[in-house]
Amino acid sequence: MASEPLVSIENLTVQFRTDRGWATATESVSFDIGDGDCLGVVGESGSGKSVTALSILRLHARGTSRFNSGTIRYDGRDLLRASERDMRAIRGRDIAMVFQDPMSSLNPVLTICDQISETLMLHRGLSRIEARKRAIELLDLVRIADAARRVDEYPHRFSGGMRQRVMIAIAIACRPRLLIADEPTTALDVTIQAQILELLRDLRTELNMAVMLISHDLGVIAEFARRVVVMYAGRVVEDAPVDVLFRKAMHPYTEGLMASMPALDGPVRRLYSIPGRIPDINEQVAGCRFSPRCGHAEAVCLTAMPDLVPVSPDHRVRCAPRTRTTGAG
Amino acid sequence: MTDVVIAAPILAPRKRFQLIRRLLAHRSFRIGIVLVTVLAIAAILAPLTGIEPSAMRVRFRFRPPSPEFLMGSDNFGRDILTRVLYGARVSLWIGLVVALLSGIVGAVIGVFAAQFRAFDAPVMRLMDAMMSFPAILLALGITAALGPRMESVIIALSVAYVPAGVRIVRASALVVRELDYVQAARIAGASNARIMFHHILPNSFGPLLVHMTFVFAYSILAEAALSFLGVGVQPPTPSWGNIIAEGRDFATEAWWIMVFPGIGISLAALGLNLLGDGLRDVLDPRLKGA
Amino acid sequence: MIGRLLLFKLLQAVPVILIVSVLAFLLMSLLPGDPAVIIAGEGATAEAIETVRRGLGLDQPFHIQLGRWFARLAEGNFGASLMLNQSVLSAMGERLPVTLSLAGLSLAITLPIGIFAGSIAAYYRQSWIDSLVMTVALLGVSIPGFWIAIVAVILFSVTLGWLPSSGYVPMSQDAVQWFRALIMPAAMLSLFQIGFLARMTRSAMLDVLSQDFIRTARSKGLSEWKTVGKHAFRNALIMVITTMGILVSTAIGGSVVIEQVFALPGIGRLVVQGILARDYPLVQGVMLIYGFAFVIINLTVDVLYTFADPRVRYD
Repeated sequence: MASEPLVSIENLTVQFRTDRGWATATESVSFDIGDGDCLGVVGESGSGKSVTALSILRLHARGTSRFNSGTIRYDGRDLLRASERDMRAIRGRDIAMVFQDPMSSLNPVLTICDQISETLMLHRGLSRIEARKRAIELLDLVRIADAARRVDEYPHRFSGGMRQRVMIAIAIACRPRLLIADEPTTALDVTIQAQILELLRDLRTELNMAVMLISHDLGVIAEFARRVVVMYAGRVVEDAPVDVLFRKAMHPYTEGLMASMPALDGPVRRLYSIPGRIPDINEQVAGCRFSPRCGHAEAVCLTAMPDLVPVSPDHRVRCAPRTRTTGAG
Repeated sequence: MTDVVIAAPILAPRKRFQLIRRLLAHRSFRIGIVLVTVLAIAAILAPLTGIEPSAMRVRFRFRPPSPEFLMGSDNFGRDILTRVLYGARVSLWIGLVVALLSGIVGAVIGVFAAQFRAFDAPVMRLMDAMMSFPAILLALGITAALGPRMESVIIALSVAYVPAGVRIVRASALVVRELDYVQAARIAGASNARIMFHHILPNSFGPLLVHMTFVFAYSILAEAALSFLGVGVQPPTPSWGNIIAEGRDFATEAWWIMVFPGIGISLAALGLNLLGDGLRDVLDPRLKGA
Repeated sequence: MIGRLLLFKLLQAVPVILIVSVLAFLLMSLLPGDPAVIIAGEGATAEAIETVRRGLGLDQPFHIQLGRWFARLAEGNFGASLMLNQSVLSAMGERLPVTLSLAGLSLAITLPIGIFAGSIAAYYRQSWIDSLVMTVALLGVSIPGFWIAIVAVILFSVTLGWLPSSGYVPMSQDAVQWFRALIMPAAMLSLFQIGFLARMTRSAMLDVLSQDFIRTARSKGLSEWKTVGKHAFRNALIMVITTMGILVSTAIGGSVVIEQVFALPGIGRLVVQGILARDYPLVQGVMLIYGFAFVIINLTVDVLYTFADPRVRYD
């Protein structure tokens, strides 16, 4: 982490318009993505991980959300304050995104060729013919057989896994420096999941790009990421290299997540599940937002929101009792 | 999405109450229901003007709107306000009966078509054929055949709007009959009649109600057009359409004769369209905001 | 695949055309009075009436009459008009250009305005633009066309003297006068259509704009214009195409009334005259033509739809 990070999110607070006024989706989220990094963001649905990802590209539905505070620094600029024109130049060229549901993420009435070429013609200035050639190469790259023929087909002729490959081909078309993959395998079969993850891993090395993988599945993250950010109820609760996290997770929520993972090498046992549920976006919880579900909650947890405290140079935790005993902070 | 639509009409009483609350919270619905209610009350209270709608008073010919004649008077000295109010009775009544009649007949045919597959193709081709004529033209032909009377207009418009109702009910019936609990009822030995009237019909009610509200509005417009063409309600019985037709000849000298009934039609159709929009948004969340 | 689909649609249209023919025939037997009496003319003897009746085959049982009706149709023989002293076919032929001009011009006004207004309302949903467009559209579908047409005549023809209040000039004779004669009727006819189409387009567009692939398009860095104009619009257009049948149907239906207001010598005015004069063969013929026209229109819409939506084209 000596060099300047590629993307640096600091103190990001995003709110959404609901029937009962503005509700906070993420609060004071801060983390960095290094150049060529391989970051995993994990958390339950509603933890704010997708909101954070969409904030990087400012892709929230118009008029329904607002940024209350924070900066997202990329290439010397604050993306939250960049003009829409600058953002359009960054989207698809510098930072690209793959979404959760491949069945609905492709336009049903345009050919695959059209949907891949679009980005190339826009950002790379390729002609239609050049773009088509490149589109076929990209389909090859994401391992779609018979690319030259299939490039002219429409999305409904592709299976879910194939469509996700097409989405990845679109995303990497301009060789972005950061690829954000928001639950890219959640909607797919288990065997297809593994293939897509492998593809992402290979492409990352091949194209030397940073990948931010978002998942609710710690198993997927463990397999893929080098660093993990754990989010809960709109906040980062732990941030550590993947081996550190698996060796000595410090936040009770992270521990809970690990305990609820099936162990492949251990004895078959009943899976653990964290009691309770994530608080509703409109719910106000005093103190640590995890405290109602935490088995280790103390008096201090119920009154004050703990800070995200570094316990070692590359390990940060948001838990008052745990960080106090280590003497850090 | 689909199951929300389908479940809506058969909710528990408390949920039904919530449905009414959501309707009343809908701006279009509120404006619509106020407009329609005001017009209906005005129509019911028509005799309060104390004037016979067809009373001719030659002394008062072509009076422009004034405190004495709020909407003026026509070539026979008849009071336009009174005629517009009595006309509202005729026009609203025709609209209401056509909406109910075409809705009920459409529902019955639609459910039968969905339930008995042998019935389906011939019935639907017949409906296609009927829909091949513009509604106004079909109604024109039928009123001409039956003679220009209010009953003919009602029958003609009902026939013209049945096919659309059949399609709507059949479409939702085809969805409902495949639902698990309907299949379960069938396996449990429920009779065709029970499935039709207990499961399919109540669940098609939402879309049908929305459709009937729009038919109500269309019928008021169509009645006016038929009367204007001379095959609708015949004078001296006032209907909004025939007041306009009669006033047309004097449109330049006495604009008020034809302007006020036209406003009446527009307000009624507007109110019903708003009502329909509100019902659709609440009963069919899939089209929310549409 | 596409061929088979079209063949299926075509086969489905055959029974519809047959039923349309029978309906048109039934309408004649439904009409009040005895056709033979009317055709024979006033003061005709019972003998003369009987001759006419036999001549028309009205003394035959129903199924024989129906059979003859089809046989005549197969020859393209629609019979002779009672009031016009010419064949039904030539009477319709003379008036068809007027109605086609009116409906065509009306659609040419309706399509761009309706689709644009609906799209812009959806894009700026819940803004003042949306409220304005939707209020105007609602008025369009609520105000009776013939009434606003009369008001327009008083305003633009009688008071301002800008446009003729009635009559028709063939395009081949004078294109400018043709346009001047038709623009007001067509515009009045379009009010309902524009309202209807704008409401449909808005709802289709809102549906599309909330889809995931719109976010994908934005994530590529496409401009709003490309995102909405290309990605959203093409999808919304498919839904709009399905409403084209209703649109053309209401345009033709509305033309019946509008032709009456502006005294345009079109098919609609012809059929109204025919009904009032109990000209059975004429009414029958016109109804049949309308029926056929709509079967063809619906087929065309199906074909367009098939070409617009790749999912239908292949599956």
